[in-house]
Amino acid sequence: MPQSAEKVLDHAPLFREPEYRQMLAEKKLNFECPHPDQIVTDQREFTKTWEYREKNLAREALVVNPAKACQPLGAVFAAAGFERTMSFVHGSQGCVAYYRSHLSRHFKEPASAVSSSMTEDAAVFGGLKNMVDGLANTYQLYDPKMIAVSTTCMAEVIGDDLHSFIENAKDENSVPRDFDVPFAHTPAFVGSHVDGYDGMVKGILEHFWKGQERTEAAGTINIIPGFDGFCVGNNRELKRLLDLMGVSYTFIQDASDQFDTPSDGEYRMYDGGTKIDDVKAALNAEATLSLQHYNTRKTLEYCEQVGQATASFHYPLGVQATDEFLMKVSAISGKEIPETIRLERGRLIDAMADSQSWLHGKKYAIYGDPDFVYAMARFVMETGGEPTHCLATNGSSAWEAEMKELLASSPFGKDAQVWSGKDLWAMRSLLFTEPVDLLIGNSYGKYLERDTGTPLIRLMFPIFDRHHHHRFALMGYQGGLRVLTTILDKIFDKLDRETSETGVTDYSYDLTR
Amino acid sequence: MSLDYENDGALHAKLIEEVLSQYPDKAAKRRKKHLSVAKSGDEAGEEGEVLSECDVKSNIKSIPGVMTIRGCAYAGSKGVVWGPVKDMVHISHGPVGCGQYSWSQRRNYYVGTTGIDTFGTMQFTSDFQEKDIVFGGDKKLEQIIDEIEELFPLNNGITVQSECPIGLIGDDTEAVSRNKAKEHEKTIVPVRCEGFRGVSQSLGHHIANDSIRDWVFEKKDVEFEAGPYEVNVIGDYNIGGDAWASRILLEEIGLRVVGNWSGDATLAEIERAPKAKLNLIHCYRSMNYICRHMEEKYGVAWMEYNFFGPSQIEASLRKIAKHFGPEIEEKAEKVIAKYRPLVDAVIAKYRPRLEGNTVMLYVGGLRPRHVITAYEDLGMVIVGTGYEFAHNDDYQRTGHYVKNGTLIYDDVTGYELEKFIEGVRPNLVGSGIKEKYPVQKMGIPFRQMHSWDYSGPYHGYDGFAIFARDVDLAINNPVWGLYQAPWKTSPSHGRAMAAE
Repeated sequence: MPQSAEKVLDHAPLFREPEYRQMLAEKKLNFECPHPDQIVTDQREFTKTWEYREKNLAREALVVNPAKACQPLGAVFAAAGFERTMSFVHGSQGCVAYYRSHLSRHFKEPASAVSSSMTEDAAVFGGLKNMVDGLANTYQLYDPKMIAVSTTCMAEVIGDDLHSFIENAKDENSVPRDFDVPFAHTPAFVGSHVDGYDGMVKGILEHFWKGQERTEAAGTINIIPGFDGFCVGNNRELKRLLDLMGVSYTFIQDASDQFDTPSDGEYRMYDGGTKIDDVKAALNAEATLSLQHYNTRKTLEYCEQVGQATASFHYPLGVQATDEFLMKVSAISGKEIPETIRLERGRLIDAMADSQSWLHGKKYAIYGDPDFVYAMARFVMETGGEPTHCLATNGSSAWEAEMKELLASSPFGKDAQVWSGKDLWAMRSLLFTEPVDLLIGNSYGKYLERDTGTPLIRLMFPIFDRHHHHRFALMGYQGGLRVLTTILDKIFDKLDRETSETGVTDYSYDLTR
Repeated sequence: MSLDYENDGALHAKLIEEVLSQYPDKAAKRRKKHLSVAKSGDEAGEEGEVLSECDVKSNIKSIPGVMTIRGCAYAGSKGVVWGPVKDMVHISHGPVGCGQYSWSQRRNYYVGTTGIDTFGTMQFTSDFQEKDIVFGGDKKLEQIIDEIEELFPLNNGITVQSECPIGLIGDDTEAVSRNKAKEHEKTIVPVRCEGFRGVSQSLGHHIANDSIRDWVFEKKDVEFEAGPYEVNVIGDYNIGGDAWASRILLEEIGLRVVGNWSGDATLAEIERAPKAKLNLIHCYRSMNYICRHMEEKYGVAWMEYNFFGPSQIEASLRKIAKHFGPEIEEKAEKVIAKYRPLVDAVIAKYRPRLEGNTVMLYVGGLRPRHVITAYEDLGMVIVGTGYEFAHNDDYQRTGHYVKNGTLIYDDVTGYELEKFIEGVRPNLVGSGIKEKYPVQKMGIPFRQMHSWDYSGPYHGYDGFAIFARDVDLAINNPVWGLYQAPWKTSPSHGRAMAAE
């Protein structure tokens, strides 16, 4: 009997005990009707070949292990970045349970959102009644300052019109006439979560800015961060930099406090977020900057329409990307970049110089959202690394072109390949046929790490199986330092593991590296 | 060793009144039917003494806008019933999200080479685009099935798990499945589990059960003859290895498990099941349908059992053994005796650390009653419990478990659960990932009772030791004593105990 009260064995050691191993072997033999081992081994080896890769990359319809989610997740994340805002997702309720779980598993935080709980009858008659009752219930129970409405694919397919539904609900006094209910149609069968983010932020800005007079406040800046699993660390770090510069700025959408509430005995359903008054005033900003271009294409278009200057970045991470961001802010605000920031920059460069020998020539596979992949590839090249595979399931042809331009700008990018629209099962073939030293992505990459032996570095949403990484910034020079250290730790840990066999490889098990 | 206690029914009735007062009238009227305080019940027959009556309405539509914790039919079919069948490819048919959010989240453990002969922790999706909505997705589905056959040739079958749009745009996944099954000589099962069907996960379970009946049973010649002691385990999804910790006990008492539905299962285990002599059902809610069918059609009897905690395990082993006669009964007694020292040692170690602690539960369709005695075996007291998607027959069965005065909440809303927990201040809450962090912010220990909080197994004797350890480490961690900044209030009274 393997179990005991003195030393309780849970699943990891328990099922390695002989009793269980024998039981499972007999189950397989007597009841599972498995394929013969040789056939399984042959197929496994075949999946490592170029021949399999070609079939795999030729897939047209089937998607396996994609690195993207659907639009409403982005909308729910976006709404979480505004003061006392409740997300109301119009459509089936199961979707909302999924968004909440997904966000909670990454942030290790509460994630609130409600659904209009449409069922079969609503599919026939439309979901107006659900909207009318739902808004009234949400307003009364959860005391929000704003309810941000988005849609699941069910509501999109049957063609519910949010604008008229919300007007109807107001006519029926579900919420007061002047209560803010911005909305965005977020069909799951178009784009990905980054587009849902875009739609919701644009919906909120339109709601507050439409028909308002704009009086430009010179030198003031709006910052839109985009869908960012590291918003907790990143937004705070960027605010610190902007405060050091003395810039007058407004974060439009800031979930850094909402997804990082303290434990002190009080459950805060709402915390932080962009104040509604600040959203209104943001109309007057001279410029709106997006930190993630592919998250804000429609929003920035709208900002231009109202007369603001705009600029977008690809997740300002690393040296040159941070330089460009700060110089742009400086140019618009007229504020100089202070000496303290220049010193910070110098410290990042110092660290990169100290460690360059361990990074030079390392090959990487990078996947994730388009802006993140761009940023990582750029930083990897700054350290002398080679981004061999750059993959974004939700990348477009425009992204692919931008990536190719970036990679062509450095000798370290000359062998790089860009894979837009491909999934992680395609990445598996790429890693087997053209191996790399390191894989950068999110928790889903752990299956690639297991199958191909490529060490995984988790720097992208969602991270379910490691804790608290998202609390630290990746952006800015400080963030660069953290990314650098994370990569180096992975390299050194692997080297130590590979040289640790006593009397065999341990001459290379160096104390100082 | 059921504990004798009574809960504060008056307090619970007051809490119900308070939460209802916050709703708009129409919603309050509807929610009122889902909330109650368990009352002393009458004596009952075979199932043992009914301790109380839990008289609430259940399995009806959630109210819009209240933050129900429920999921959908797709979650019930793909996530619960079909997803764990390991040698089949389960296509999340529709847009990308449903498959993405449910990918690898239920911890249905299995053994196999993932991506080669097993496919459990993978996300296969048809990733619907606008053109598929406009022109229909049947052609795409055909191509997907062909591509699966080419890239994953060792799959033993495919299921098509319909997401919301499929039923709305009028796709004929049945015709595609039928044709492709013939072409590839494979089992292909279309499952109409669109998320808008029904009121929760529950209809998805039912639809998935029906699809086994209609698309798997009697479709192949099954060459398998069952012996006299062959059983199926139905409704154990092998979360954290639960089914394995159960199977080992059933084998020890002399039974052979033909099929485990559906944790760590292969299609063959499903196909052979009607040949077994008895269906042992753990999760009654999600799989009673197919047990009833197998009883009617194939004469396979079924029996509910409970492998949470030693009291229930002992009772269940004896009940199961009785069905097979003296030989098995004798073995069952030996097994019970064999594990008794482990049980005694676990209780001796943990009960003093947990005695009298109060617990509130909110889980799916089985555990809100099934786990109660396991807590009581550790001297803990259940003050409130409720289900996401139970039916009336589940609440009837709950009466066998809960004590007078217990707070009962069906399809609880985020608001209600928060207020109930605030009002009751239990020592532990057992619920899901969405509830975990709000509860912990309040300074109340929490364990996820869907995923075992990444631990487990909790079934069987081996699982009980892990369960006891986990409850102890949740409640007796020092962090709960650190919540208050010392300059703000008087020093807090942490009740931490070092791990043993």
